[in-house]
Amino acid sequence: MDAAIVVDRVHYVYPGGVEALRGVSLRVAKGEFIAIMGENGSGKTTLIKHFNGVLKPSSGRVVVDGVDTRKAPISVLSRKVGLVFQNPDHQIFSETVWEEVAFPMRNYGFPEEVVEERVERYLRIMQLYKYRDRSPFLLSLGEKKRLTIAAVLAYDPEIIVLDEPTAGQDYLQKEQISGIMNLLRTMGKTVIVVTHDVEFVVQHVDRIVLMSQGRVIAEAPPSKALTDPSLLARARLMPPHLARLAIQLSRRGVYSLSGYPEIGDVVDQVLKRWAR
Amino acid sequence: MLAELRGVSYRYPSSNAWVLEDVDFHVDSGEYVLLAGPSGCGKSTLARILNGLIPNFYGGTLRGFISIDGKDPRSTPTYRMALSVGFVFQNPENQLFFSDVERELAFGLENLGVDPGEIRRRVEEAIREYGLEGIRHRSPSELSGGQKQKVAIASVMVMEPKLLVLDEPTANLDPLSAVKILGLVKREVLRKNIGVVVIEHRLELALPYVDRMVVMKDGRVVAEGDPYVVVEEAGEVVGVPAIFDVYRRLVRAGLALGNPPRTPEELAAKIMAVLGDG
Repeated sequence: MDAAIVVDRVHYVYPGGVEALRGVSLRVAKGEFIAIMGENGSGKTTLIKHFNGVLKPSSGRVVVDGVDTRKAPISVLSRKVGLVFQNPDHQIFSETVWEEVAFPMRNYGFPEEVVEERVERYLRIMQLYKYRDRSPFLLSLGEKKRLTIAAVLAYDPEIIVLDEPTAGQDYLQKEQISGIMNLLRTMGKTVIVVTHDVEFVVQHVDRIVLMSQGRVIAEAPPSKALTDPSLLARARLMPPHLARLAIQLSRRGVYSLSGYPEIGDVVDQVLKRWAR
Repeated sequence: MLAELRGVSYRYPSSNAWVLEDVDFHVDSGEYVLLAGPSGCGKSTLARILNGLIPNFYGGTLRGFISIDGKDPRSTPTYRMALSVGFVFQNPENQLFFSDVERELAFGLENLGVDPGEIRRRVEEAIREYGLEGIRHRSPSELSGGQKQKVAIASVMVMEPKLLVLDEPTANLDPLSAVKILGLVKREVLRKNIGVVVIEHRLELALPYVDRMVVMKDGRVVAEGDPYVVVEEAGEVVGVPAIFDVYRRLVRAGLALGNPPRTPEELAAKIMAVLGDG
């Protein structure tokens, strides 16, 4: 499989002297969906800022779609890698919602009719079309977040990096963001999410990369990582409630844990035992 | 009743739309209430009425009966409302101003002209209760998100409010830090018999702690009561937590599991009790 991103023994030291990454190696295949999880300050955000060249490694190297990030300008890298920051205020700058989504496309020289069509499509998907003439700064936090996602999706980068996409989103908005993930899957995009949202991860990613103190401490599919409480505790995460229930029941021999539990399966196994 | 709203409607100035319509809401001392609902449903507006920012700061048109610790925010200045109601924001950086945790805790009390000896007593008590000893002279801006939110809550609790309102206090926290904050608030409910209203989207985190749940949609209260009854009624608005889904499917199939469980471990224990081997 072709690699979308290769991170090779990367160390990163901030100008103040804090070593945020201490030898991280990671390979993300094209079309793969991964989640980077770990406590605040574990190096997740520092790592993803290397993907579009905003940060360059102090040592080691990062290769994006075959290009070493030290040898390419941010403009080239950010065409390949669309990054949606955790705090939308760090990203928003246009006078209207419409312009916010149109700007990157115009910047990359998309024809105006394509810009118009895509702005409208992604604003509608994110349920922001009605706000198109408003200042983005008047939107709520959740709306701003969806706006920054729309602005990145519209210019169609091959690799999409989302930092805490579901934070501050209500139940229905999370469902919409789930829908977007499914859409990206059918489009064959490579997606990297930084998140604490274990439920979201279970639904959408192929692999979890757990970070702690500037290092990758484990890589595993969600079915394995999210049912291993001691591993999760090292990254200050907890198993989802359904996994906690399944773990308890399997310890007492009522449920056989194989892969990530499904609600219907847990119910069926309990009922089967009850019928005996 | 500590705080009660009856038939309350509100619209912001220069807007024709009512963001709250005919809302009934109450919270009593010793009660931990979860306020949930889609973004834009009016939760934060309701919270701002509870602390008097509406109408004292925001203006607008406010109708209906309101009594908060016996006061009506329409005829009570915000600083008097602050004696009864403490407010914690989603982003603690919006309410932490000082370069030293101890100063942060003392500030509100100094502002109210509380006697210096009493200020020292309450600040020391908060430092002890909230485990802030190691960071008392640190700047809140260098603390982790969870620690900042802890300091923000402590700085409100030293004012000894009767009602504590928290608007998405855990939105920026990792799950372990979020659970710690919600648990800390539970402890305050139990120890100090305060009333609490918490706005939170993540039911899985909040349900183990709260006594009652209120769901709003489009400016109205659409469900209210025992959290698990409410989840059953308003599941399509707020989502159904996985363990509750398992619980209700098993109950429908005939398992006598008793009251709905608060945690997965409790549900597992109930299931084992019915299956008859432990």
